[in-house]
Amino acid sequence: MKVELQNLTKIFPGRNKKVHEEVIAVNNFTFTIPDGKLVGLLGPSGCGKSTTLYMISGLQQPSGGKIFFGDEDVTDLSPENRGIGLVFQNYALYPHMTVKQNIMFPLQNLRGPDKMEKEAMIERAYEVAKLVQIDELMDRKPSELSGGQQQRVAIARALVKMPRVLLLDEPLSNLDARLRLQTREEIRRIQRETGITTVFVTHDQEEAMSISDLIVVMKLGVVQQVGKPQEVYDNPTNLFVAKFLGTPPINVFDGEVKGGKLYLGDAAVLDVPGVDDCKVYVGIRPEGFVPAENGALEASLNNVEVMGRDVSVVSTHVASLNPVVRSIVDADYKISKDDESVRFDLKPHKVFLFDKETEERIYFEVK
Amino acid sequence: MANESVATKSYPLYEARKKVGAFLRKIKFDHWKGWIYLSPAIVLLLIFTAWPIFNTVRFAFLEKYSSLADLNPDITFEFGLGNFQYVLEYQYFKDCLFNTIILCVLTVPISTFLALLIAVCLNSIKALSRFLQTIYFLPYVTNSIAIGMVFAAMFNIVGLNRADINASTSLGIVNNIIQFFGGTPINWINAGSGYWENIFVMVVYIVWNALPFKILILLGGLQSVNKQYYDAAKIDSTPKWRVFTNITVPLLSPMIAYVVITGFIGGFKEYSSIVGIFGDTMGPPGAKGRLNTMVGYIYDAINGSTKQYGRASAAAIILFLIIFAVTLVNLQVSKKKTHY
Repeated sequence: MKVELQNLTKIFPGRNKKVHEEVIAVNNFTFTIPDGKLVGLLGPSGCGKSTTLYMISGLQQPSGGKIFFGDEDVTDLSPENRGIGLVFQNYALYPHMTVKQNIMFPLQNLRGPDKMEKEAMIERAYEVAKLVQIDELMDRKPSELSGGQQQRVAIARALVKMPRVLLLDEPLSNLDARLRLQTREEIRRIQRETGITTVFVTHDQEEAMSISDLIVVMKLGVVQQVGKPQEVYDNPTNLFVAKFLGTPPINVFDGEVKGGKLYLGDAAVLDVPGVDDCKVYVGIRPEGFVPAENGALEASLNNVEVMGRDVSVVSTHVASLNPVVRSIVDADYKISKDDESVRFDLKPHKVFLFDKETEERIYFEVK
Repeated sequence: MANESVATKSYPLYEARKKVGAFLRKIKFDHWKGWIYLSPAIVLLLIFTAWPIFNTVRFAFLEKYSSLADLNPDITFEFGLGNFQYVLEYQYFKDCLFNTIILCVLTVPISTFLALLIAVCLNSIKALSRFLQTIYFLPYVTNSIAIGMVFAAMFNIVGLNRADINASTSLGIVNNIIQFFGGTPINWINAGSGYWENIFVMVVYIVWNALPFKILILLGGLQSVNKQYYDAAKIDSTPKWRVFTNITVPLLSPMIAYVVITGFIGGFKEYSSIVGIFGDTMGPPGAKGRLNTMVGYIYDAINGSTKQYGRASAAAIILFLIIFAVTLVNLQVSKKKTHY
């Protein structure tokens, strides 16, 4: 089921009645989620991603704009009539019911032509339980399950009535680090197997990048960039997106373009043809540094952290806006911890220029 | 070697003190500070709770005890079950027991169900919710005798004892309403009124009086229920009645169990509500004591001209045993039905 959001807007009235202030949680969000894809809504807290999800679910009414499921306008449809499955951040499993009862609960509400016999319900419940691999736990209460198992039950309950769209609100935030890795693979697998259009919300860019077909980066209610994870990472449209994606984060410098050359401090480090002279922010991905004896960029070396395959070089540079410049280089480059400074060449496609005022990307030709 | 000789040498006084010390530590008497802090409460409890309980049990098992005998310590009484036998065979006591049970069985389920309904409604109202909560809580802070008098006036003006005047049986707002809809007025509580009419008035009054506390408890429970359960139910298009029976009630079950158990305990101790409606005659004019309860019987036995401490004590112990048994049953049932 294709999900189309047209100029979706949500405005919350201010709490203070005397001072008329409004909070624009989601501002003019237009986006089409292709059928059968897994889409991650990504952004820091308060960016409106959960509000967007709740508007798709129908639990919150948009202040403006329209939502389509396929060709059907569902904007004014109540949640129960939208045919969605929603997994809550804290799962909201009914504590007094067993896993089986929890999963069967949505089926027991079906009326009219969809009404099911009890045997069929049990069969379906077991089918879904098998899909999320909890069929051994059907007679337990939620309190007797681990966080990861509860998560699967919640997903099973959302899937059991075959929703048109599956929505997940911060599905992994309540799990520990190892379980998180495992569960995100699970979500990916379940989504692939069912082919249900899935939207999930997260503030963890790694999580979003690793399992999504498409990611939507949001900031303060405004969509910053939409695209495949790798595309967004390789081609951020503005400084916010560049900073938000990637671990370790991108290194940001104060720079200046003069005569088609990019200067960091006093050194010309890169040719940037086609850019007018101006002051810019320069973002360089950690993997964009190549150690070279006569490299253009010189930084004073702080530390070299060996990570096996790679080496993380921590250095400082006068123009850097981050406390340290962190670069990841191949372990084949032998860099001694005792050196005073280190010199790098830059990979042009890992260097992004941003306007000082608007923080929008300034493109240059990469040879 | 030197150590051994020291250990084998005995110091009788020292050993004895060590033993006493160990004993005192065992029964925690060395926590004397704690005991001093607790002493005001313990003394008061001993005087006003433990001593009366002890005496109640003693009197109940003393045959033909009379308080006048306290003046002459030479008179002793036999131990026996005579008081229990007398009380259990006494028709008036059985009537009181019946009244108590009827009122309990009728009012506890009705008030609990109504309180649940009202609490759910109050919880779903956004506008004026504070104001309405205050209104529903008012009966709790109002004197029950005063409320009883108002109720008596609503049903009939009681205490006039004017059975000869027809008008007296048709008085009261309730009868006015019945007449407005073309019904015949009912003699609710005046002279010549029927037993079940009396019980009806009592049930209405007791339920109304019991509501605020129950609403308060259940509302508190409702407000602590995670709203996401309802969002989840909404998304699964759960009908309203199913949300109520399958989500709200189970999640509230600890509070419901609490309200039912305390309701039964309070119900078996019903007394002042009847005084509130009928006065201390415990019945309509001409049928004195018809609606008396267990507690009422106990009071009467003590305060009557004969001062039957033994029978009152026996009745009190029977009441205690009934409450104890009912509470045990309640706890057993709620253990199976509640989800903590």
